[in-house]
Amino acid sequence: MKKFLFILTLTLVLAGLFTATTVFAQGGVTDDEVNAIAKQLYCPVCENTPLDVCPTEACRQWRELIRLQLSEGMTEAQIKQYFVDNYGARVLAEPPRTGLHWLIYILPPIFILGGAFILFNSFRAWTKPQSVEAGTGGESGAASSSPERDEYVARFEEELKKRK
Amino acid sequence: MIAEFGFGVLVVSFIVTMYSGIAAVYGAMNKSAALVESARRAQLLTFPLLTLSSLVLIYLLVNNRFDVAFAYEVTSRSMPTYLKVTAWWGGQAGSLLFWSWLLAVFTSAVTLRKWDRDIEFLPWVILVSSITLTFFLGMIVFFENPFTRFWLVNGSVAPSMFAPSAAATVFTPADGQGLNPLLRHPGMVIHPPMLYLGFVAYVIPFAFAIAALATGRTDDRWTRITRRWSLWAWLFLSFGLVLGGRWAYDVLGWGGYWGWDPVEIAAFMPWLTGTAFLHSVMIQEKRGMLKQWNMILIILTYALVIFGTFLTRSGVLSSVHAFANSPIGPFFMGFVTLTLVSSVALLIWRWPLLQSETEMKSMLSREALFLLNNLLFMSILVVCFWGVIYPLISELATGQKVTVGPPYYERATGPLFAGLLFLMAVAPLSAWGHSTLQTLGRAIWKSSAAAAVVTVFLTITYTQNIYALVGFFLVALVLFATGHEFWRGATARQKAQGENFFTALANLMGRNRRRYGGYIIHISMALMAIGILGIEIFQKETQGTLAAGEELNIAGYTIQYRELASWNSPGEGVNYTRAVVDVYENGVYLGQLAPRVDYYYDAQQNMTIPGQRSTLRDDLYILLVDWQPVSSISATFKIYVNPLVNWLWIGSILFLFGVIFAAWPDKDPADEPVRHRAVRDNRQASAAD
Repeated sequence: MKKFLFILTLTLVLAGLFTATTVFAQGGVTDDEVNAIAKQLYCPVCENTPLDVCPTEACRQWRELIRLQLSEGMTEAQIKQYFVDNYGARVLAEPPRTGLHWLIYILPPIFILGGAFILFNSFRAWTKPQSVEAGTGGESGAASSSPERDEYVARFEEELKKRK
Repeated sequence: MIAEFGFGVLVVSFIVTMYSGIAAVYGAMNKSAALVESARRAQLLTFPLLTLSSLVLIYLLVNNRFDVAFAYEVTSRSMPTYLKVTAWWGGQAGSLLFWSWLLAVFTSAVTLRKWDRDIEFLPWVILVSSITLTFFLGMIVFFENPFTRFWLVNGSVAPSMFAPSAAATVFTPADGQGLNPLLRHPGMVIHPPMLYLGFVAYVIPFAFAIAALATGRTDDRWTRITRRWSLWAWLFLSFGLVLGGRWAYDVLGWGGYWGWDPVEIAAFMPWLTGTAFLHSVMIQEKRGMLKQWNMILIILTYALVIFGTFLTRSGVLSSVHAFANSPIGPFFMGFVTLTLVSSVALLIWRWPLLQSETEMKSMLSREALFLLNNLLFMSILVVCFWGVIYPLISELATGQKVTVGPPYYERATGPLFAGLLFLMAVAPLSAWGHSTLQTLGRAIWKSSAAAAVVTVFLTITYTQNIYALVGFFLVALVLFATGHEFWRGATARQKAQGENFFTALANLMGRNRRRYGGYIIHISMALMAIGILGIEIFQKETQGTLAAGEELNIAGYTIQYRELASWNSPGEGVNYTRAVVDVYENGVYLGQLAPRVDYYYDAQQNMTIPGQRSTLRDDLYILLVDWQPVSSISATFKIYVNPLVNWLWIGSILFLFGVIFAAWPDKDPADEPVRHRAVRDNRQASAAD
């Protein structure tokens, strides 16, 4: 009987100590530490609402769960993985960089580079004839200009002389 | 009876609109002026008809007619009358009617203009407007009828327009559910009408573009006629976006103004193409270039307007299943596809007629830089569009829902916005036709040097964050370069005309509204960028539970919790819980703030109202997160310090002024004789460049 009472007392004391430690540890986790992780997660229920600001009761409980997990020594990555495992990839602020989800990261740069390439080529196509024209019309190009143009210039200068 | 009357008028409007479109196209094909005129009058008739139908709905909303399902969903006895009126656009069915009414207002206004010189456009403009209005009215009449009533049939309540059986009696609930509390904020009362005004106003430039394609009259006439429509549409859309941001900041309780939510992006996408269009259409007017591109942009803008409405109204954002179950979702999708495909087909048909009249001469000319600006806007559009639809693609392809949130958008669009700021500074300094590195360098070196000095000063006194410094350099560059343009123009005029500086500046701006309105908008954008940089990069936050007398510290501020009170306001149907905190900065008492939470009994929903202290330097933004209801001994507060955020709102106000300045009607350029216009344009261009 004495042995039983001893074991019971020891168990209760240990349980009490453990509980107290847990409460103390949870109390030691600040709201800011909880929110630092919660703001990287999205409410699994509401649409497009970060967990740190979601006002629903469910999200309040999830924030408390993060507090508990932090108090138990889980890392940020482990906590995020826990939420992904339980509620799916939608709790992450961005799709994971795996499989099909690479499309979200790859397609816009490809499109933008494609647009820039088309624009650059269009610029070159537009300016090319102009630069040829500029070359023939410029001082250096005057000597190598076409006979028709020389004839035109000669007539033009003659007209000017007549007017003088 | 009155509900049936409202619905009857709606049905008549639907029929009249359909007739208008059919008569217009038949008249155009058979060259029957009488039929086209009949179509025009039918189009005009939609305005009084839809006004009457809307007035009936407002009557039902204001008079607590809870037997009408829509009135039951969006009003309650405790709501003030003005909110009952604005509840018109507070729910799906009413907002679709509001959309249609606005479209009727705009199409009526446009059909009343002088058509003498553009009579060939008239039937096609009527046709496009009619098709759009017919679609929206069809959605209302067949799927989202705001006049549907509750009927008691064999002990159960069923919504229906007419009595489902001879034994059915009208069922009237004692009170309504009331408007979502978040929609009772003044910003949200005005925000949807502004967005809708912007959305709907873009239908008009699109209608003229289609008319130009259909008739083959592909000169710049359609852009000149719709120049002000585009500007006003852009103004309303911009104002709607800004109001939405302010509303989010005030009532959503997350210390920000923009969360890259798909609903926000749905309104942002047509703004992007609309802004690109505003710039590129100038190239068509000045240089006769980019006719094809401008057509693409206005077609895209219209498609995105409808797509945006579809995104927010079809339930597609919740899940693809909600979309499939939505009565209007598939129709919306079909309409977007049909209008887009037919517009593009028309464009391809007329493609050869839309060749440029001149060629690009220099990669640094203003038209080239405007094109680069277009590329950046389109790139942001691609990022946004892909971010919005990717979750749907993922759900369809893998069954896995994903979130595409702010990190994706901010990372992708940040450099693009920086590029736009750079172009905002440089492009106005380049000349139409031809610019070189030397001429551009000469024009901008002083502004660049001044911006560099500001950046060095900020590095020493404010921050070493490289992203912030790049942002501040670009902002300073825009401000100095644009300010220099004002100064340069005013001093040139001062010398030429012998006026004093301010008179010269006023006259200069008055005679070049579009140009200087644009500059004001650029300055406002730079100011808004200061606010965005401030909140995005320097925002600080903390949260803590305080007993009375305890303090929280953040960024030099100390917040001391004093007291909390909770009380009911039976007349309003609201329970208020209000905390009072003392605010100190570096030990100096600044005053009290009172964050509160309002609980609306009818909607069973909270609204969080922050306690705010705003200065040009920062915003102290305190939220009451939680409290002990009985003892009020302790309360939990979330506190944000948002540096520079008020420059965002200051910039927004200046932005509105800039757009109104640029768009303010003087003489309609469309009415000017071509010769005078050409002379004036040349004079302005040479003076400006």
